[in-house]
Amino acid sequence: MCLAIPGCIETILNEDTLARTATVSFAGIRKTVNVALVPEAQVGDYVIVHVGIAISRLDAEQAQRIFDDLDAASTP
Amino acid sequence: MKYLSEYRDKQLIDTLATRIRSAITQPWVLMEVCGGQTHAIVKYALDQLLPEQLQLVHGPGCPVCVTAPETIDRAIAIALRPDVIFCSFGDMLRVPGSEHSLQQAASKGADVRMLYSPLDALDIARNNPESNVVFFAVGFETTAPASAMALAQARQAQLDNFYVLLSHFLVPPAMRCILGSPGNQVQGFLAPGHVCAVTGIDDYHVLAQQYSVPIVITGFEPADILQGVLHCIEQLERGESKADNQYRRAVQNEGNATAQQLVHDVFQVCDQTWRGIDTIEASGLKLNPDYECFDATRLLHSPIQTANRKNDCISGEILRGIKKPTHCPHFGTGCRPEHPMGAPMVSSEGACAAYFHYQ
Repeated sequence: MCLAIPGCIETILNEDTLARTATVSFAGIRKTVNVALVPEAQVGDYVIVHVGIAISRLDAEQAQRIFDDLDAASTP
Repeated sequence: MKYLSEYRDKQLIDTLATRIRSAITQPWVLMEVCGGQTHAIVKYALDQLLPEQLQLVHGPGCPVCVTAPETIDRAIAIALRPDVIFCSFGDMLRVPGSEHSLQQAASKGADVRMLYSPLDALDIARNNPESNVVFFAVGFETTAPASAMALAQARQAQLDNFYVLLSHFLVPPAMRCILGSPGNQVQGFLAPGHVCAVTGIDDYHVLAQQYSVPIVITGFEPADILQGVLHCIEQLERGESKADNQYRRAVQNEGNATAQQLVHDVFQVCDQTWRGIDTIEASGLKLNPDYECFDATRLLHSPIQTANRKNDCISGEILRGIKKPTHCPHFGTGCRPEHPMGAPMVSSEGACAAYFHYQ
């Protein structure tokens, strides 16, 4: 139920407070998604989408951290 | 797919598994709270990569599994009304209530529709002004903003034929219930990343401190789960008990303030009954007075009779991490996805369904 997947915002379709919507691409499959709860998210940003609503904007820097942590651990 | 495939990389997974094996010196029991994580663990056979001293038990984080049979009975009674279009996530349709499922109600003529998003139910309400459109709002904190969004939009549009049947649950009170129960074996938690993307992690700091238990907010891809396990083991081996955030790319410590505000505007916290577990204080959501006009139980004019039919499903023990699906004598024989005796065999996040499909 808490399944949520990342997609990239391609176009903001409207800027209404509750109904802010965007076209979001999931590896090329485009869906209309409510992005009202991530008002800071703009075109080009990745968002986590759950049941048609974006609940979080992905942080690209933090996304890299898992790889950096492991590199640091394997470097003597 | 960006932000998914790189966390399924074999070399990364092997590296993490090796680090877990070198970090562990004694037996530990961890619980992954979320059913999505259970499925990833069984689907990718991550449990096979882990050392024998480490036991993963599966938690109650499947809202379909913990929705009370009485709530499903109410859903069926509402769906059978001729003026109702009943909308639900697909997972709920085959879950048995005290006697029947929504799918069986549909076979008796109920108009039951499977939706991807609660917002789709608003469109159905707009397009069917002569019908009462009911959305079965089931979920944890991850889904509460979507339910709240549908209700806020319905109120704004003054839709008078849209209703919700609520079955919302909160995760931290359930973790507290597990930790406080006699005979609890869980020594560390992988907490649900998407729940925390909404709520933030403050409640988990409190739990970690109060019960001296490490809690790692964890994502859903194989590398996320193994890194969550590693961070949890490292804390246990050092004798630490902190809330730590593995899923930083999606979870900010303070969560999503806009979503929290919307949920707060629409809902208030209430006691909630968890199927197979018990009633847990302050572990659910109900409508605020401004939104009570959307309560679908208003469509029922008399109380629902719930059959007190006992079956041998051990879902309560599975959802509390006491037993595994394979401990059940009916697993794979009397209870299969096409003939489920309990919800964990139905839901795409149920532990029994995960074991049945992947093991």
